[in-house]
Amino acid sequence: MVGFRTLLYKEVLRFWKVSFQTIAAPVLTALLYLMIFSHVLEEHVQVHGVAYTAFLIPGLVMMSALQNAFANSSSSLIQSKVTGSVVFVLLPPISYAEFFLAYVVAAVLRGLMVAAGVLLVTVWFARPGLAAPLWILCFMVLGGGIMGGLGMIAGIWADKFDQLAGFQNFLIMPLTMLSGVFYSIHSLPSFWQQVSHFNPVFYMIDGFRYGFFGVSDVAPETSLAVVAGCFVVVSAATLLLLRSGYKLRT
Amino acid sequence: MTFAVSIDRLEKRFGALLALGGVSFDIAEGEFFGLLGPNGAGKTTLISCLAGLCRADSGRLAVLGHDVVRDYRSARRLLGVVPQELVFDPFFSVRETLRIQSGYFGIRDNDDWIDEILANLDLTGKADTNMRRLSGGMKRRVLVAQALVHRPPVIVLDEPTAGVDVELRQALWQFIRRLNRSGHTVILTTHYLEEAEALCGRIAMLKQGRIVALDSTSNLLAAFAGQTLRVRLAPGQELPPALRVRGGYSDGTWTFQLASLGEIEPLLAELRLAGSRIDDLRLTQADLEDVFLSMMHGAGTAGARS
Repeated sequence: MVGFRTLLYKEVLRFWKVSFQTIAAPVLTALLYLMIFSHVLEEHVQVHGVAYTAFLIPGLVMMSALQNAFANSSSSLIQSKVTGSVVFVLLPPISYAEFFLAYVVAAVLRGLMVAAGVLLVTVWFARPGLAAPLWILCFMVLGGGIMGGLGMIAGIWADKFDQLAGFQNFLIMPLTMLSGVFYSIHSLPSFWQQVSHFNPVFYMIDGFRYGFFGVSDVAPETSLAVVAGCFVVVSAATLLLLRSGYKLRT
Repeated sequence: MTFAVSIDRLEKRFGALLALGGVSFDIAEGEFFGLLGPNGAGKTTLISCLAGLCRADSGRLAVLGHDVVRDYRSARRLLGVVPQELVFDPFFSVRETLRIQSGYFGIRDNDDWIDEILANLDLTGKADTNMRRLSGGMKRRVLVAQALVHRPPVIVLDEPTAGVDVELRQALWQFIRRLNRSGHTVILTTHYLEEAEALCGRIAMLKQGRIVALDSTSNLLAAFAGQTLRVRLAPGQELPPALRVRGGYSDGTWTFQLASLGEIEPLLAELRLAGSRIDDLRLTQADLEDVFLSMMHGAGTAGARS
């Protein structure tokens, strides 16, 4: 357990020491999104009977948390692989399950900190309510866990920073931006509504938003089932990858 | 008997390249063991397999009787590895780095031992400096310290003195020698043969993934016993035909391998009788470099003994 706890501590310390980039920067980005979109749309749009700015806040919180959870585990792994310092965690008697848990929990924690930061700076613009706080926490932890796991897979697979950037820009970014952060999918043409139902991030955002407003595009139980299923699949894949030693233990 | 390290028919391929072709040998507890070979001979692959950084295709490896795959937790706890590359984690200070490394091995509150290692490696003054701000030599010392935080009985150093200045090299060797004297088994790979000759009690030489020599350093040197006499004749001088067949010639110098010092006098007498004038005369003892070169260019496994 000391090994796991130390690796988790190291992973948290790693992003905490550069928190200006890892926490403050994404909070500022989310704030800019909110200011611009609410300025343009507040007067014109209501979703689920909620004013647009209030509707937007939970989506931004979750999107920032997910993107940063992914960024945390993936950048930590690729950095230590490129610099070679990954040997320091490969030489000790740390099991692959401990390894997985430490990186994923650190990713979830960074997601939570970014989420708290985004919430803190955006609630001054509108109050999104707090209908079911347990659902909020549940979706945040599972969503962060999925992204932390995906980040590990990407970080292990990528040999260079630009490969990782490709994974981030062409998979994670579209999935999160097109997940209903900025709109209800009911406002989409029916084809794109169908497409959205194949995006797991849509369920993360929708279930998370349910926790604030008590209303959502699909039933929160459905979202929870999809998100929990994704978490199990991604975690199993990451654990198998780690156990095989793929690209880490050649 | 439990060996510090035992290696049994170890094989490893990278695609078509045979990195290790069935290597077997044991290292006893308390040995100072040298692993020599040219670049690409398989030294680092062997160490990586031992440390679990690399997975062998077949064969077995154990550290103090603990299999490095099936019983990896025990094996890794008993092993301290100083990697060849000068790597560091840029986020942390020297002390943070060592505390974290201790934690990875399940050790908390390790500051007393960390202070001792820092003092021994002359790093006390740099304990709170960020790794990024250390010179190359200091980073190298931190790597040694990191390998020692969990007091491993078996220590592996993969070319620890590559690119290190003379003073630090001497200091490092003194420290490693002390560790060996206090009972640690030390395994060393190096390109500096005089270093291996001075430090290692036993040496294995690897060539293209196979062991070509394995013996005590003194036996390896004795197999090349005797002296080499190098003679440079004055310009225009010829060597008598009887001596020509005994010697080798290159770069204007004749070399004669002598089994004992007693052979010098008759050889010089023949030169004198032939009236050959000598410009320069040198007598040298075989060193590890001669052994190494002969093994690497020679008949292969002729010298292998266990």
